[in-house]
Amino acid sequence: MKDIKVLGTGCAKCKSTVAIIEQVASAKGVPVTLEKIEDMQQIVSYGVMSTPSVVIDGKVVHSGGIPSRDKVEEWLSA
Amino acid sequence: MNEMIARWPERNPRLFLAVAALFWFGLYEALIPVSEALVAALPVDRNSHLGGALQFFFYDTPKVLMLLTGIVFLMGMINSHFTPERTRAMLAGRSEGTANVMAATLGVFTPFCSCSAVPLFIGFVQAGVPLGVTFSFLISAPMVNEVALTLLLGLFGWKVALLYLSLGLFIAIVAGWVIGRLKMEAYLEDWVRDMPKIQATAGDTSMPLYERINAGFSSVREIVGKVWPYILAGIAIGAGIHGYVPEDFMASFMGKEAWWSVPLAVLIGIPMYTNAAGIIPIVQALLAKGAALGTVLAFMMSVIALSLPEMVILRKVLKVRLIATFIGVVAVGILIVGYVFNSAL
Repeated sequence: MKDIKVLGTGCAKCKSTVAIIEQVASAKGVPVTLEKIEDMQQIVSYGVMSTPSVVIDGKVVHSGGIPSRDKVEEWLSA
Repeated sequence: MNEMIARWPERNPRLFLAVAALFWFGLYEALIPVSEALVAALPVDRNSHLGGALQFFFYDTPKVLMLLTGIVFLMGMINSHFTPERTRAMLAGRSEGTANVMAATLGVFTPFCSCSAVPLFIGFVQAGVPLGVTFSFLISAPMVNEVALTLLLGLFGWKVALLYLSLGLFIAIVAGWVIGRLKMEAYLEDWVRDMPKIQATAGDTSMPLYERINAGFSSVREIVGKVWPYILAGIAIGAGIHGYVPEDFMASFMGKEAWWSVPLAVLIGIPMYTNAAGIIPIVQALLAKGAALGTVLAFMMSVIALSLPEMVILRKVLKVRLIATFIGVVAVGILIVGYVFNSAL
């Protein structure tokens, strides 16, 4: 079970990021917990400088922009 | 076959870029004859109001969209060198003055979205980038960007684009410097001041050329995909004004003689929130009908640089007094630019 967090204050890009991770996870049948973090203090505590960012199992794997489908598939198959 | 085309940029990135550039220029050169032919084929008189408006629409729309695609693509490739982390590492530990100039310049090249303003702000402050330098960056990044510059280039020519670039940088540098002199660190929200200091590291930004090409394509998808409806609407409104509103209609209340028009333009601009794409085509039409360039530029800068939604976001990290100072200093800068332009041109 992967623990995925999407950091972002609720702009359109953040929503698309959550959507693409959901899609890939259900297409590949990988069980995940997906959480969206909108609280600014929590977001900056991860040390990211641009949103949306993606955190998997406590590690920042992506920052600033919607991740590509290929990238998401890579994260979920690892 | 499709597979081969899709893999082309990866296998031979230089050749791909050269062919793409040639194709782009060829298409661009064909625009005027095609738009003339299109309007000639329609059952309207070329010299009528409607004919003038249509020609303007059919020529300017593809021209601006093509310029935008080309420049956004290039900027996407360049942007991939300038991640916020790298920018921060370049600014941390530098003395003010030079750092203000650097921050404003880097603001042009670093990708920025106003929804990231807060994490970026905190990231800078945490790494010890001085407050005034951070503001230089925050002012320049949204105001002087590739979309605004491209539209100015496409619709007004390179002189106005260059003027906008230098004045935007000037305001960002000076306003940031002034805010730095005012020593307003006490007006950061307490939790921001209490954040642990960190060491700025650049991270690895090296990547092969074809990945930069991909970065270019994805910023075209993202930016052009988002702004084209605004541009279309803006040019349509512009075309309408072009064809129908009498010459010098705007001169009476946006002309040089009306001294109060500059502050009024700045005031009206603050609550308005739109991106450069939405505002510039309308601005062009205003200019064509006799509005003064300084007034129009002041209006445009105010709309883009001082937006209410961004202030609301920044309120989470700044106390009201610092936000008010920020608005005040930038507004004064824009006012000066407006007046200087109106009297110099």
